[in-house]
Amino acid sequence: MPAPKRFSVKRKRVCKFCAEKISYIDFKDGKLLSHFIPERGKILPRRISGVCSVHQRQLSEAIKRARHMAILPFVAD
Amino acid sequence: MRTYEVAFIAAPTMTPEELDAFIAQMQSVVEGKGGKVVKVDNWGKKPLAYKIKRFRDGYYVILTLEADGAIITELERRFRVADHVIRFLSVRIDEDLKRSEKMKAARQRKAVSKPVPAVPKAGEFESAPPAAPIA
Repeated sequence: MPAPKRFSVKRKRVCKFCAEKISYIDFKDGKLLSHFIPERGKILPRRISGVCSVHQRQLSEAIKRARHMAILPFVAD
Repeated sequence: MRTYEVAFIAAPTMTPEELDAFIAQMQSVVEGKGGKVVKVDNWGKKPLAYKIKRFRDGYYVILTLEADGAIITELERRFRVADHVIRFLSVRIDEDLKRSEKMKAARQRKAVSKPVPAVPKAGEFESAPPAAPIA
């Protein structure tokens, strides 16, 4: 059994989009995008969400488009 | 010809009939210039995430088009002129879709070719289970 890691509280997970084989992130899918929007309305960094760099770039573009179309908020409080 | 996705939000003060007439008008603009409307997706009235021009909700309409740049320019000009369009966004999607298809095909190829070399390997472990991966 491996020794418990001291610093990591959250286990690093695999990229959700790779796992679910999503190769195009649609800005119209507000429900999907809202998983990556914490309460404040910011884009969740990938060091927390575990999203791979390719998908993080697509994701941030999609979130920005969704914000423009008032599907997601710019700031939420 | 390129594939575009043109989304716009119409003011909630419109009646559904007016909205339908406006969509039909936009369709005729696209078709008049040699484009093709592949899909009209009317989401109906939805709440906005924030206020736009003091409106709290609006009609979301997404048009999928086969068109070129000139048609998009004309559509966007009309959106700007029309008072009842409160927000619009045009996205070119053909390249993204192509890449998405390519990735899907690559995954399928991988899925087909993978089990073949895995079969003789599995036989080796018939008596002893594979050792646990070193963490």
